Amino acid sequence: MSKFHKNSLTFWVFLAPVLFAFLMIVVVPFFVGAFYSLTDWNATARAGQGLSFVGFENFAKSFRDPGFLYSFLITTVYTIVNVAVVNIVAIAVALAVTSRLRFRNAYRMGFFIPYLIGGLILGYLWQFIFNNAIPAIGQGIGFLGGLADPENLILGKVPTAIMALVIVGSWQYAGYIMMIYVAAIEGVPQELFEAARIDGANSWQQCKTITVPMIAQAFTITMFLTMVNSFKQFDVNYSLTAGGPATVFMDQSIFGTELLAMNIYNTAFVGNDLAAGQARAVVFFVVLVIFSLVQVTYNKRKEMEM
Amino acid sequence: MKKLRLYLLEAIVLTLLVIYLYPFVIVTINSAKDAFSVTQYPMRLPENWAQLFVNMGTIWSSPNIRYASSFFSSLFITALSLVVVTFFPAQAGWVLVRTKTRTSQILFLLFVAAMVIPFQIVMFPLISWFRTIYQILGVRLLRTYFGMVLAYLGFGLSLSVFMYHGFIKSIPYELEEASIIDGCSMPQVFYRVIFPLLTPVHATIGILHGMWIWNDFLLPLLVLGKGNRIQTLPLAVANFAGAYVKQWDLILTAILMAMIPVLVFFFIAQKKIVKGMVAGSIK
Repeated sequence: MSKFHKNSLTFWVFLAPVLFAFLMIVVVPFFVGAFYSLTDWNATARAGQGLSFVGFENFAKSFRDPGFLYSFLITTVYTIVNVAVVNIVAIAVALAVTSRLRFRNAYRMGFFIPYLIGGLILGYLWQFIFNNAIPAIGQGIGFLGGLADPENLILGKVPTAIMALVIVGSWQYAGYIMMIYVAAIEGVPQELFEAARIDGANSWQQCKTITVPMIAQAFTITMFLTMVNSFKQFDVNYSLTAGGPATVFMDQSIFGTELLAMNIYNTAFVGNDLAAGQARAVVFFVVLVIFSLVQVTYNKRKEMEM
Repeated sequence: MKKLRLYLLEAIVLTLLVIYLYPFVIVTINSAKDAFSVTQYPMRLPENWAQLFVNMGTIWSSPNIRYASSFFSSLFITALSLVVVTFFPAQAGWVLVRTKTRTSQILFLLFVAAMVIPFQIVMFPLISWFRTIYQILGVRLLRTYFGMVLAYLGFGLSLSVFMYHGFIKSIPYELEEASIIDGCSMPQVFYRVIFPLLTPVHATIGILHGMWIWNDFLLPLLVLGKGNRIQTLPLAVANFAGAYVKQWDLILTAILMAMIPVLVFFFIAQKKIVKGMVAGSIK
């Protein structure tokens, strides 16, 4: 007796709940959304009435909007810096906690803790740290006096506020990425290190020629996760900076730290232009897919080379 | 020499960890201060720890937070979503593995492909679609538990189906044959033989999805809305922080109280949580 080559009744009955949810939550909204991005959909219009087709006007309008272009730019910067910081911190800590430290398990758990808490809640907490705790440190310690000056508030200027987003984003995410590296490093067969030691390799040589190539697969995963996660950042953005402070870009006053996910949200709900928000979401989706494909293909090839 | 270097590394890592976790110390000490000293002396230890309970009492009974109610809403939504997002995809994964047809292959590919769809592209149409359903069928999906859980099933099923599918493929088919010979019907094979074998996958998916659902903000914000009777803990904190701008003594207490359930859960099940999260990422 072999497996079933026919779609039996059980097949459909067992699939029904998942198919239903999939159609309702993903498929229908996805295609309806693609259609809406080509119309003049807005908050007062109801589906199917008073919608008119405007072609690619929403896309053209978005690419003329300094706010959107700027948002694209800083999201790219944020993503690149965040991917770098998260991975450097994660791998450094992972290497430390896989060595023979006495409390290595406690350290692992400790660095993992921030990841347990949602970005929204952490954003508020760090807002307090940047606005109150750090100036207080400046007041208390002489040579850090500059930090106490209200002019120098970290969230008060655009470059430092973006840096703050990176700090909080990496602080939250590095522990998780570290755990993936730890699992990969512990999966490397110990015999390799023994052989290398017998051949007289020092720890740096061992790390470079054994650990890094052996965990190449983990790099593909961690790079992918951090990139997608940074590109989609919303929660921390919402609670830490809420898009502020304001800045000027292409002669227009705009939000200085509004990442793409927030720009999409604000276009639709604050600007009351759902169609334009939807068009931006479509652009966001396309960019995300391209980014992911390029990154995974590139890393896979690197993996092979190693 | 080697020993010394190890001690030095131990000291460095320990110091870094203390700095790394210091934000948690900051929330705790400042939750025990009044409105004045929280902004004046944010780095000092509180003068009177009893203030912590005063602040917690305020948050507990705050009409914006409604701590007990928000906690149970969060718990209810997470628990129910986890049940459906493990059980139904397990069924689906099984029939998709065991049925060798074109339809089955295409459906599986579609589920997996949907993993790349970001929430942003479906969120506005989803809300309008939910509203349309209410107008046509009278079924309320916005601002209800039902809509919330259905949405989590929809967004969570791709990863779940993918993981169950992968695991079930590795279960020997002879096991099922034997139970069919013993007289099991198709559904019985699944419920009696396969489902109990899936425990490790349930754990991984439960942790992965559980963390996401418990901490999620944007989806509940859109589906449940602001000022709803039903609100999750992240919504409650955002709601409170929006209404009590700069009242850091209370906002920090709210943050602390929102963190406590997760931290307690983590200390009970830390090994499982880490294992689940890592296994989930590698799939």
